[in-house]
Amino acid sequence: MSRTPQAQTRTQARKVRAAEPPLDVAAWRPAPFLPRSDARDPALIFVIAVLCFLACLTTLFVIAGDRAAGGWAAQLTGEATVIVRASGGETPDAAAARAAEALAGVPGVAEARALEREKAYELVRPWLGDVSDLDDLPVPRLVAVTLDRETPATGEQLTGALKAQGLDAVVDDHSVWLDDIRRAAGVVRWTGAGIFLLIAVAAGAVVAFATRAGLAARRDVVEVLHLAGAEDGYIARLFQLRFAGVAAVAGAVGAAGAALLGALLRLVGGGEGISPALPIAWIDLLAVLPCPLLAAGVAAVAARLTATRLIRDL
Amino acid sequence: MSRKPNAAAVQEAADEIVRFDDVSMRYGRGPEVLSGLSFALPRGSFHFITGPSGAGKSSLLKLIYLAARPSAGVVRLFGEDTGHVAHRELPRLRRRIGVVFQDLLLLDHLSAFDNAALPLRIAGHRPSEYRGDVAELLAWVGLGKRMGALPPTLAGGEKQRLAIARAVVNRPEILLADEPSGNVDHEMALRIYRLFVELNRLGTTVVIATHDQDMVARANKPVLHLEDGRLAALAPQGPAA
Repeated sequence: MSRTPQAQTRTQARKVRAAEPPLDVAAWRPAPFLPRSDARDPALIFVIAVLCFLACLTTLFVIAGDRAAGGWAAQLTGEATVIVRASGGETPDAAAARAAEALAGVPGVAEARALEREKAYELVRPWLGDVSDLDDLPVPRLVAVTLDRETPATGEQLTGALKAQGLDAVVDDHSVWLDDIRRAAGVVRWTGAGIFLLIAVAAGAVVAFATRAGLAARRDVVEVLHLAGAEDGYIARLFQLRFAGVAAVAGAVGAAGAALLGALLRLVGGGEGISPALPIAWIDLLAVLPCPLLAAGVAAVAARLTATRLIRDL
Repeated sequence: MSRKPNAAAVQEAADEIVRFDDVSMRYGRGPEVLSGLSFALPRGSFHFITGPSGAGKSSLLKLIYLAARPSAGVVRLFGEDTGHVAHRELPRLRRRIGVVFQDLLLLDHLSAFDNAALPLRIAGHRPSEYRGDVAELLAWVGLGKRMGALPPTLAGGEKQRLAIARAVVNRPEILLADEPSGNVDHEMALRIYRLFVELNRLGTTVVIATHDQDMVARANKPVLHLEDGRLAALAPQGPAA
């Protein structure tokens, strides 16, 4: 004989009760007002993780670019090249030797060395091609000047010293290149900061959107809490903590991804990273550590502002 | 020259937990759902609000539990004009009110125990302060063995009793119930009514909106009868139950 629907429901209810563990009141801890997980969480974590990954990667590239620029600038700051032309019957070698001697006495010069004719020729060979007899070629003599790291001599000081000796010479203190490198490094830094800010704003907007959706989905919770005497700030804080937690997890995932990629670039490129242009150091990878905290902070602010505004209007 | 209220008037105001003076209410720009209501509920009293569906019973309760504001007139709750209470002050007043909503509004992802303890958590009490009280209250409403159950697994009457437990757990000064016997059988309705009587005996002012005429007739309590948003009859005030 088949049982009635009512009997089946009663049996089902009995089964549910039997499966229900008794509550240990002494060990009871309050459950969170908002459900621990949400069907939308994975999508939100993915989007924020991607944004954090891009932000961390931007940070790593800015650090590497800055280091490369710093290295080049240090190299250029420490050197100057002087082109010496012989005049008045003086041999080129003698003029170069005299220039080196004059420059060595200038404060801020660590060393001044006249390059041999062959070395000077090596420098211009890419433009002139092979020459059978160097004597036929008026190759200017070069003096390589190593400047003091702490208080380097300026181009004007070097030129003044050469003029005082009556030498026909041109000083290249690399200042043109140095300015270019510094400008380029500045552009990289500011561009990186801009991208970072843009990503942070995008993450905030994503969280604000998620908060709006979360509030709509949990309107029942908000209503019950409100009518039971919860303040707007109390309810907003629930959403703030929830989304800060989600963003922290996503931030950790994104940061880990960026750190892995950075480590891979460091391993593939050796000490110079992927190329001398982007030398990544192991210590640079530590730059991703604050990412979960920053992501949580951005999410907390975005969720708080959005929730406070919406709850007040409910 | 301002006139000082006499002692009798002050005493009368202190004895009234709710007072409506020519109150009207509308939702947005819609028609009035309540018109020109004037009445007072003494502290410790037990009232029924009756009337056909759409008469305005739920709207009247909403005005009392501060889920809505009047479009005209003055609603006084605990002696305060609710029209002039700042938004940030509303939670303070709401914590003095217990409400059994028509659709119960239990949170399905929380256990019966968590649902019942909700007002105490919001009020900032520590779990160690109220664990025992909540367990005792749930046992009192007959849910002692179902404290860990989620609301979707509870029967209709159990949900109703859980909603009542949540409404009274923080010992409110006034308990409002909107159709508390709407989803339960006659026997359960009677048990729920006895719960309200017991709470009223302990000093809580009780207001029940219902269209259950059997319950109203059996109770012999004062009745506010609404018709089309107007107070059609105010039964003579009997002694507090």
